[in-house]
Formats: sequence, C-alpha cells, structure tokens
Amino acid sequence: MRAALLVSTTATRLSHLDELEAEAIHIMREVAAELERPVLLFSGGKDSIVLLRLAEKAFRPGGFPFPLMHVDTGHNFPEVIEFRDRRVAELGERLIVASVQESIDKGRAVEQTGPRASRNQLQTVTLLDAMFENGFDAAIGGARRDEERARAKERIFSFRDDFGQWDPRAQRPELWNLYNGRIRKGEQVRVFPISNWTELDVWQYVARERLELPLIYYAHEREVFRRDGMLYAASGFVERLPGEEPFAATVRFRTVGDMSCTGGVVSDAATLEAVVAEIAATRVTERGETRADDRASEAAMEDRKRVGYF
Amino acid sequence: MSISALTDDALASELVRLVTCGSVDDGKSTLIGRLLYDTKQIFVDQMEHIEETSERRGDGYVNLALLTDGLRAEREQGITIDVAYRGFVTPKRRFQLADAPGHVQYTRNMVTGASTAAVAIVLVDARKGVIEQTRRHSYLAATLGIPHLVFAVNKMDLVEFSEVRFHEIEVELRELVALVGAQDEIVIPLSALQGDNVVERSTEMPWYQGPALLEHLETVEIAADRNLDDRRFPVQWVIRPMSDEHHDYRGYAGQIAGGVWRAGDDVLVLPSGAQSRVAAVETADGPLDFAGPGRSVTIRLEHDLDIGRGDLLCDPACPPIVARQLEATVCWMSEQPLRPGARLGIKQTTRTARAVVDEIRSVLDVHALEDDPSRHELELNDIGTIVLRLSGPLLVDSYAQNRAMGSFILIDEATNNTVAAGMIRSAEA
Repeated sequence: MRAALLVSTTATRLSHLDELEAEAIHIMREVAAELERPVLLFSGGKDSIVLLRLAEKAFRPGGFPFPLMHVDTGHNFPEVIEFRDRRVAELGERLIVASVQESIDKGRAVEQTGPRASRNQLQTVTLLDAMFENGFDAAIGGARRDEERARAKERIFSFRDDFGQWDPRAQRPELWNLYNGRIRKGEQVRVFPISNWTELDVWQYVARERLELPLIYYAHEREVFRRDGMLYAASGFVERLPGEEPFAATVRFRTVGDMSCTGGVVSDAATLEAVVAEIAATRVTERGETRADDRASEAAMEDRKRVGYF
Repeated sequence: MSISALTDDALASELVRLVTCGSVDDGKSTLIGRLLYDTKQIFVDQMEHIEETSERRGDGYVNLALLTDGLRAEREQGITIDVAYRGFVTPKRRFQLADAPGHVQYTRNMVTGASTAAVAIVLVDARKGVIEQTRRHSYLAATLGIPHLVFAVNKMDLVEFSEVRFHEIEVELRELVALVGAQDEIVIPLSALQGDNVVERSTEMPWYQGPALLEHLETVEIAADRNLDDRRFPVQWVIRPMSDEHHDYRGYAGQIAGGVWRAGDDVLVLPSGAQSRVAAVETADGPLDFAGPGRSVTIRLEHDLDIGRGDLLCDPACPPIVARQLEATVCWMSEQPLRPGARLGIKQTTRTARAVVDEIRSVLDVHALEDDPSRHELELNDIGTIVLRLSGPLLVDSYAQNRAMGSFILIDEATNNTVAAGMIRSAEA
C-alpha cells in the first residue's frame, strides 16, 4: 500500500503545462455552466488558438457550448483571416464576425485619420455592440497576466457593469477555484482562462500540442517600414510619413493585431524550435516590442480596459 | 533558459504557486524585484520604464517596487491596491507568484492570494523581529492550509549580518510556528536590497548553512501535498453530444478533487446514493490509465444514471459527509458586517445552495491570536468561527483533509458579490 502510494505521488505529478491546462479547462467549463450566453473571442492569434484547443479538451466529443466571435478591424493580416476561417471550418463550430467597418458605417465609431490612425480603439465599440446585440453575458478571451501591468491585477472572472466598464478597485475576491459567475441582467463578465500563462508557456503548449499557427508568427520576407524603432508591415491600411520608405526584411510577429499597430521583429526563426529559442532568450516584453497601442501612455492598457476593452 | 525551453525536462517542470506576505516597509517589493531581476525575468523595456519612473518620482534609487504596482493610482500614491500575479521560470521550476499588499484590505487580499498557494513567503524585518504582522501572516497562512512556510528574515545588512540577531528571531519564529501549525517551515537570513541569499548564497553570512531562497523554492516537495487517498470528483459539466457518431456517449467532466481514478473503480454517486463503476477516465485525446488530483478529465460510468452538475462521484469505501450544517472558519470580505440570521448563497466545489448563519461562535483577536467568544459580529477583514445551516445538502470534507472539498465562498444574493472565504472545520447531516 505504501509502495503503491509512492508510485502514485510521482506518477500523478503534474507538469506546469498540465496544471495550467487543467485550470483553464476548469474555467471554461465553469463559464459554460454558470453563464447563460457565453462567447469565445477568436482572433486567429496564438493565444486564442490555444483557447480553441482548450475548448476542445473541455467539451469534446460534444460541440462547444458557445459560438466563436472575431472583432474584425478590417485591417488584419490576410494570412490570419485565411487561417481563422480554415480553423473554424475544421472545428465545425460557428463564427460570428463583428465588423469595425460596419460600426464606422453606422456612425457608431469614428475612423481616426492620418499616418498614426489605428482601428485598435474602435474595437471596443464593436465588441460592446456585438455583445449587446447577441445578448452575450460572458466573453472568453485569451489575455494573460504577463502581458501588461494592469492585466497582472485583473481577475480571471472580470466583471463589467452595464456599460462594459472595468473598475479595478471593485473587483470580487477570487478564491481557490471557486469562481462566482453571478451577474445581473445587462452586466457582463470577461473570462480569461489562460490568465496565469506566460508567453513562453503558450509557445511550449503550442509545441506540445502541435498546434498550427498563422505563418506570420514565423520568419518570412515582407515589405516593411521603420517607425519609432519598430518595423511595420507596409500595407494599404497605413499611411506612411515622409522618409518611411518600405524595404524588404525577414521578420516575424510576436503578437497578431491590427496591421496598423503590430510591429514585427527581425528574425530568422522559421521553425517553432527557433522561435521558442528566441523567446526564451529575449529581453523585451512582447507588448513593449511590438504593440504601438500600449506605448501611447504609461497607463494605456488600464485606460482602455476601464472603458470596455478586453 | 534559451534553446532548452522545449526539452522534455522543460516541458515537465512543476508549477509552484507562491504567495508573499509583508508590507512595503519589510522590503517585500524589493525582494520580489530582486528575485525577478536575478533570475533574469525583468525585460529591458520594463527596467527602462521603472528607471524613468523612479527618477521622475525622485526615489533616488531604482525602485523595484514599481514592477509590481500595475495600476495608475498605485503608482501615483506609492501604494499597492490589489493582488498582482506574476509568472517566472528557472531551469528547474515554473513559479506563479501572488503578491498581496500588506496594508489596505489586508486580510481580504492575502486570503485571495493564499487560497491557491503551496508556499507562503513571510517577510520579517531583521531590525524589528517578530511583530504583530508576522504573527497575523503566519496565522493566516496556516489557517489557509498552506503547507510550506518560508520566513525571509530581510535587511540582514542593517544588523551587520549578525548571527546572534538572526538566532533570536529564529527562536521566536519556531515558537510561532508551534502555535499556528504548519507542515514545514524554513527561516532564511537575507538582504533583498543587496541580493544576499535570494538567488545566490551570501558570502556575508558564512554561519548560515541552509539554502538561498530560490534554491529552497526550487526543491521544496509539493506533489505530496495533494490528497491521493480519498477519491473525489465533483461533476462540473455533462458531455452528451447526441450526435450520430456519439449517440450514447455520456461523460461527466470535472477536475479531480481527490484520489487516483482508474477504469474499474467502484463509484458512489452523491447525494443520490446510486452506485456504479468507472468505465473510462479520459480526455479529448483518449483514455488515461489513471488520473490524479488537479487534472481536468471526463469520467464515464458503466451504468446510465441521472447525474448532473453539482453531484459528486466518490469512493464508496470512504465517502465525504452529506452535510446540512457546517462549522467553518470564515474571512469576512464585505463592508456590511455579518450578523447571526444572515442569509447567503454558498458555492462549494461545483455545487450551490443557500445558507443561514445560525451562530457566530467567536471572532479572532488578531493581536492575541486567540478566539474572542464575546464578539458575535464579523466586520470587514475579520476571521471568525460560524455555524451555517444549509437549504440543501453539500458534499464536504474538512479543509484539513482536502482543500478542494473543504473550501467554499459565500455570496451576497442582493449584490452577487463574493463576501466570504470559508474553510470547513466540521459538518453534520
């Protein structure tokens, strides 16, 4: 008996990926059970690709108890949109595309102009409108606490009032694995099953689960231009300033957002192993390196979250 | 790190959840900053940012505390509002650190951070020794069932790295542990500011033979903390695809709360009392030979039974208590005081019910660390012993036997807020 127990202690020991995975699956099932109309936000980025894998682990052989939704700025990398549609078809799940362009056409959002225009902030309007229109009371997202300082303080079940706003001082205590999903009509909850994952955990999981990613995550040649020390993809969506001449470079992207605010890094890492080696050795955070939206001010992310950003 | 991040060892490293207890004055933020800095977890842009901010604030030094202060109000006021979570990794282990602020709403935050922790790091200022706060932190860590306590006796540089001073404090701490109880503890002399005994062993304290802080965190045994004996499986979700391919499939999905589960195990279903056997323990990737505590799996049974969310599968030879009444230690987290007669929602495992507070037996006197039986009302951040009567049965073990089965939250049904963390001491039918 004693010997059997010792074997069990070792044999049932969980790796960090096992434990993070088990926690995330538990969270997904809690959302499905406690909220009436959840939706999973899928952008085609690596974090939301991990979410889809976790949803498969939580609910297969059944279908997902929620649809998928992409808040499409209309300025995405075409490779990512192609990937998104293919992945959704493989899974046989339903995708709702909430379009920022439509919000602009309807006069709900106002397009920024000029060389530094971005549709990043407009996503909030489109997201909130789509949540209300579809009656969604919970949005499952792939945000992680290691991405940014305000995120480090956010709960896994994060409450939003009927304006979709986050109040960091009035967060519910979150104890053990006992999530409280009770909300009033009109209120919403944002749920982050991979809150406790780091960028490296995500890549290790992608490797362990052999997940396919859009090709822009791997080194490839593309037309770029330099701005504020970062490399941006040259595209019809960004107006270039004088002197911002496009040139060809071998780059990869660490995050996948709007083409207007996602910078690439010069890299030869064309395989998963090579990317992970670079990430493990890197000395700059992924958002610090590649996201113009977080550079806008010291508290940029916190301000956007307060008004309803995911 | 580097290329080794994808080796089998790197993928298999354990996750250790830590909570740090202490206030800014103890140098807690500096200790965390040091731990992150010396393990190379601070990125260049983060470092530049805190250098800039320190200079602008006129701190006069690179204020590593700024690394964990995430919200604008915190940076402006130099305080910490909420629990911050940070991950870091060494070649041996992956750590998840909950940093709970020391002063504002202290109990509430520490309980939040500590509820999932395997290791608590309690900071002690070498100049001050064991103070009331040290006693409270240790008591809370023990109450929350954190198995491993680490006392970081900080600012040893300010007491000339004195062995005599350290031993005075160590004796007091061992007495404290005997009082509050803990599975194991270690007392480490260190200087967070200078980096002594944080990541590297100190050359200033040759009289100390023990490990540096990180060395201890990398080796403390955590896998044996789980309850591997009593099989417990709270049903979270029922998977019934009803598709052509899986027409008769019925799987019970959940996270194992205790014991090791295998096909062929006898099963008692509570509260119904029905019996069956495990047909398979599986995941989306297929069947498993066995699965232990913490894993999220799907269990299929040999018989078709009416089982739903909130039911419990368990070992018929050692079932939990089917409880209608609980005696529990609770941390009260609402500004509205708790009084006898209050009605609240209760969530334990995946099961919910309503509860009436029949009695508030005592409230902890945080100064004396003794129960004060003359108080019968819990105020914000109070810890007390209460008796709850339940509207329907909960399937429970004591918190001491099983953290997952013995913990609950109380919910104010008017506001939907989580207002208490509870740990079951005993239960009755």
